[in-house]
Amino acid sequence: MGYTLTRSEFDQVLSELGKNYRLYAPVLKIGQGRFTDTDVVIYDFISESSEIELEKKSDFSFKEILTPLSQTLFFFTENVIKEADIDCSDAIIFLRSCDMHAVKRLDQIYLNNGKHVDPFYKKVRDHVKFVLIGCPGSFQECFCVSMGTNKTDDGYLFALNYSGDQFDVDVKDAALNELFEKAGAAAKEVAVDYVTENETKVTIPETVPNSIYQSDLWKEYDKRCVACGRCNLVCPTCTCFTMQDAFYTDNGKVGERRRVGGSCMIDGYSTVAGGGQYRRKHGERMRFKVLHKIYDFRKRYGYDMCVGCGRCDDVCPEYISFSNIINKVNAEVKEGE
Amino acid sequence: MIRDYNMKEYKKNAFRQSKYRGEIASRVRVPGGVIDAKSLMRVVEIAEKYGDGTINLTNRQGFEIPHIRIEDRDKVNEELQLIIENTNVNHGQPGEGYPASGTRNVVACPGKELCPFGCYDTKALAAKLDKMIFPNNHHVKIACTGCSNDCAHVRLNDFGIIGQTEPQYDPDRCIGCEQCVKYCSKRSVGALSVVNGKIVRDTNKCIGCGVCVNYCPTRAWTRSKEHYFRLELLGRTGKKNPRLGEDFLKWADEESVCKIIKNTYDYLDDYLDMAAVEAKEHIGYIVDRTGVEEFLKYAMKDVELGPKCEMAGRMYWGGKRYDQTNELRKSMFRFSDREE
Ligand code: SF4
Ligand code: SF4
Ligand code: SF4
Ligand code: SF4
Ligand code: SF4
Repeated sequence: MGYTLTRSEFDQVLSELGKNYRLYAPVLKIGQGRFTDTDVVIYDFISESSEIELEKKSDFSFKEILTPLSQTLFFFTENVIKEADIDCSDAIIFLRSCDMHAVKRLDQIYLNNGKHVDPFYKKVRDHVKFVLIGCPGSFQECFCVSMGTNKTDDGYLFALNYSGDQFDVDVKDAALNELFEKAGAAAKEVAVDYVTENETKVTIPETVPNSIYQSDLWKEYDKRCVACGRCNLVCPTCTCFTMQDAFYTDNGKVGERRRVGGSCMIDGYSTVAGGGQYRRKHGERMRFKVLHKIYDFRKRYGYDMCVGCGRCDDVCPEYISFSNIINKVNAEVKEGE
Repeated sequence: MIRDYNMKEYKKNAFRQSKYRGEIASRVRVPGGVIDAKSLMRVVEIAEKYGDGTINLTNRQGFEIPHIRIEDRDKVNEELQLIIENTNVNHGQPGEGYPASGTRNVVACPGKELCPFGCYDTKALAAKLDKMIFPNNHHVKIACTGCSNDCAHVRLNDFGIIGQTEPQYDPDRCIGCEQCVKYCSKRSVGALSVVNGKIVRDTNKCIGCGVCVNYCPTRAWTRSKEHYFRLELLGRTGKKNPRLGEDFLKWADEESVCKIIKNTYDYLDDYLDMAAVEAKEHIGYIVDRTGVEEFLKYAMKDVELGPKCEMAGRMYWGGKRYDQTNELRKSMFRFSDREE
């Protein structure tokens, strides 16, 4: 069913949903950007529509809700281990089409990657539902069309088009129809907005020959990339993490194990016992990241990891464009054929 | 032609006396060093019409148009009016040029409007201060710099204003990548350390430069809502005792800083030595005479510092004492035992 709502009607729906779900959406954090008096869009709780940032792309993705940047997994004493209490009450996440596709990638890694299911992820994930935010236009650096992630047809409660104080929804979960009708929503045929063209386009090579590992193409990034890892931390499909065992300082026998976000670009990621490092050069790290996103993942799961949200390009302080690297790889592969 | 010019009055009118007889230079005031293109064009026009086509950029972010004939002063003043208005500088009768030159142009580094490290809008503060204290004949130098890098060299001024931010830490967003630790140590003072995977900030050591915020990839570090200021007092260059300004306040608020500067003019009214050459003294020398306590009695009048603000308990200035010794060869420490 489709409906059209005014802002106050939509807020009524949100307030009803809020009774049973934690609502997460992109929120503009005033003054919390990197530079003085700049803002940043990060996912957070919301209770009404005015809190949702709909005009900008979120700088950080929804993934922080499913895989927190820092999460205590369990506490330990001498011989007892207690799992940390994880808030796994029901939640709804508002996200765009590319990010809906990213959910599939996260699920793949944490739930369907070999024998083991990640219990901490599953606990949260089992209680999460989604609302699809329509995209009336492409943001800068998006290349979702090239990645085939510009459109999403299912997997969400309802899809949302916004324009000023008007909200149009296409409700997929029939159980919600009543909620919208009670709020006074008028019936309307609604098709969720999605983009059909981005300014940025990439071509992904079908196969990548081994020679690409030795290519000079990566050398440029030895110097240009500063290995800050921002590209990984904003990426909705990066799933790497690392562990921290913290022993409390006043009693070294008690402590906690944490899982924190990892990044294949940051120093220390490939460090092994004894101090060895597999990918010391930043260009080598870049090669690993890029090929993982557009080739290695596909070899294993049959589809590409990158969803083309363009956040990595948005955030790179050195203006390194991931999409441009994809095209460079493609050109080099074509040349070799 | 009889040449009888009241040079004192010309100087007050922001014209420099030249070593070339019959010539003066026009000193164009540019608060914070921001000038619009039209005004800049006017500077060019004046230089071409009344000068020799050259323009000096001054140390204090103004212009000096040299080789102007003294007789052309009034015409130059008329042309300056556009610049005076566009730069929003307080003035008297339109077309009569600058009403004073004692209080120098307020200098500003690029600040937050351009520089990634800027902790506040230096240009806006420079403009605000200029409005507040100009015109005035007292010789006062003020400079605003966006962060502790001090690109504006504010420590060479009577009042040096350095921006600060108080970094806010959200442990839940911290992944322990230690980039903040590394950059605080490499680019700043090394106030951060890792304890159990999380970051601890030595609040005494931290200078509020914001480098950690700049390099944190997750927004675990963010900037404080409040803009804070470090206030440096009474630095100077010069022949007798050049010295760097010393810390007076840190984590101060903008209003207090502005008030202190404004109050200082009352102190100068009462203590300036009118017998000094051209009635011009660096404030520091007056304070050397009256003592800091007396200066602070004036400067701190009606100033209410915020709860976070720290004030220096005592203030001492060092620097060269050319008036005491100017001996290099017989100085105490030697690089070698070389024969003299
Ligand atoms: S690699 Fe870049 S474009 Fe692709 S999903 Fe990650 S952040 Fe988005
Ligand atoms: S590509 Fe850019 S964002 Fe990513 S690690 Fe290198 S410099 Fe940082
Ligand atoms: S003082 Fe700081 S804010 Fe100003 S230009 Fe230098 S680095 Fe930038
Ligand atoms: S503000 Fe500067 S001095 Fe303070 S912790 Fe951050 S980097 Fe270090
Ligand atoms: S840079 Fe940010 S994420 Fe990294 S250790 Fe420091 S606070 Fe934590």
